[in-house]
Amino acid sequence: MAQITMRQAISDALREEMKRDETVFIMGEEVGVWGGTYAVTRGFYDEFGPRRVKDTPISEMVIGGAATGAAMNGLRPVAEFMTINFAFLALDAMVNHAAKVHYMFGGQMKAPVVFRAPGGGGRQLGATHSHTPDVIFAHFPGLKVVSPATPYDAKGLLKAAIRTDDPVLFIEHATLYQLRGEVPEEDYIVPIGVSDVKREGTDVTLVGYAQGLQVALQAAEKLAREGVSAEVVDLRSLRPLDMGPVVKSFQKTYKAVIVEEGYRSYGVGAEVAARLQEEAFDYLDAPIKRVAQFEVPLPYSRDLEQAALINTDRVIAAVKEIL
Amino acid sequence: MEKATLLEWYRQMVLIRRFEQRCSELYSLGKIGGFLHLYIGQEAVAVGSIAARQDGDHVITAYRDHAHALAVGSETGPVLAELLGKATGVSKGKGGSMHLADVNRHYWGGYAVVGGHVPLATGLALAEQYKGTDNAVLCYFGDGSTNIGYFHESLNLAGVWDLPVLFVAENNQYGMGTAVDRASAVPRMIDKAPAYGMEGKQVDGMDVIAVYEATTEALQAIRDGKGPQFLEMLTYRFEGHSMGDPLRYRTKDEVEKWREGDPIGILERHLLNENIATREELEDLDKGVEQEIEEAVRFAEESPFPAYEELFKDIYVED
Repeated sequence: MAQITMRQAISDALREEMKRDETVFIMGEEVGVWGGTYAVTRGFYDEFGPRRVKDTPISEMVIGGAATGAAMNGLRPVAEFMTINFAFLALDAMVNHAAKVHYMFGGQMKAPVVFRAPGGGGRQLGATHSHTPDVIFAHFPGLKVVSPATPYDAKGLLKAAIRTDDPVLFIEHATLYQLRGEVPEEDYIVPIGVSDVKREGTDVTLVGYAQGLQVALQAAEKLAREGVSAEVVDLRSLRPLDMGPVVKSFQKTYKAVIVEEGYRSYGVGAEVAARLQEEAFDYLDAPIKRVAQFEVPLPYSRDLEQAALINTDRVIAAVKEIL
Repeated sequence: MEKATLLEWYRQMVLIRRFEQRCSELYSLGKIGGFLHLYIGQEAVAVGSIAARQDGDHVITAYRDHAHALAVGSETGPVLAELLGKATGVSKGKGGSMHLADVNRHYWGGYAVVGGHVPLATGLALAEQYKGTDNAVLCYFGDGSTNIGYFHESLNLAGVWDLPVLFVAENNQYGMGTAVDRASAVPRMIDKAPAYGMEGKQVDGMDVIAVYEATTEALQAIRDGKGPQFLEMLTYRFEGHSMGDPLRYRTKDEVEKWREGDPIGILERHLLNENIATREELEDLDKGVEQEIEEAVRFAEESPFPAYEELFKDIYVED
């Protein structure tokens, strides 16, 4: 199988879906002539033309709303926010309309729109450009929220997102664009709302997604050298959240550490820990640990920023506290 | 204008008026919950403009949305049933007064976040352009919507992409209790259109014929490839913003002055003075409306409330 980057995997998924389905089109800031701020849509403008690759003004409210309206009226828009930080401006369109119209009007309409947004910290972009606000969007029923950790999952999940009749927020951690992984040539999808065991182990369960999953995998590798066998579960989707593999793993290891790049308060770790004690209370052998970003606005200066973010050392320390 | 057409507009305007009056009563009885925004006084706008649309054209509006449903031809019973929160309502009782829709009639509904539906309208239009049809979108909004970012971003995008949208500002002089000149830096809504490449035209929104003619012209301009269009309908709501409005922000004299220009009265006088219709003919139409409303009330009252299972339905298309 070919090794390609996450950026390439996302780009390939978009291209293949656009070729497969005439109603799929792209809109967003600098997606066309520029080729995408993160070069995901490089070459698309020449290949598909301005009808299907639409450069928008810097207007997140109408990007969110118009993509939703176009989806209601029969198209499958893939709307790109230059970064997830700017999607805050479109929160109303996403949460009050994309996520609600199907229910609120008694099933009369649907909004099969995909919002793509790169996010995450670690690139010295300062407080306003470094958010990992995934849980804010995952809070609302009606919207589906996915965030892949590998090129394989990125391609398969994006295809699933484009094909589902529901609105999906597809979050790409920008530090993972260069990550390489095996991706098959043939068409496939990764279903939304299905967690995946990325590494098997017996002593402790590490739960993560996106960048947090990669940190967990690196920690598991280091722990293995110390004789600790960690199982790593990738959530892949935050809503719907598939607890099945997490619970199953926990019933084997009796211990869990949840790794996420977002803030700890009200975070993914809080949700997963709560569900573990609800669904597997009898298997609880130690406090469930959470490794998350420190609760500060991310600073610019490199070492200071890195100090606030998650890393393998913090995951390993958390594991050792409960072993 | 043909007699049958004028009489149908008269009937629709009376239907909306009586429907809203009946809603007011049902609200007082506690049968309608939540917020209730009545369209009384503005009937000529929805009726005259929706009459100008072709079959494939779309309609979308804000939360003062009952009239648009009735004007596109939604059945009175299911519309009223929605207000009573019944399973037979157009939105299965899940939307209520502010979220009526009838997609089979291309009515995409009422939206209750001020300005939030204007980008949706822009997107509906984008889909029509993408599919290569000559259909347009009639997007209604109040004067209050023209001060929110959604409005400006949407008009700009429609202008840049030449989208087939007719923006219809229903200027009823107040955004809730705040007069236009206290909220908008320019008192005329049409003065906002040129910034987005649209000329804009003010229309007497109390005159259903004027509304129809202006809308017909604007929709033709869109179909002729002249891009999005903007109309400002000068109108007035005779009742409060919603039920329970203390009405401290306007004088009785002002309301009386506008009531003299009641859109139904204007059309009625035209029909009688020009000998287009007799008083008996109009009274027959009035009676027909009363009967339709009574049947709608009966239908809504007798309909069941949604079953508990409905609570978890339609959150997603694919679970």
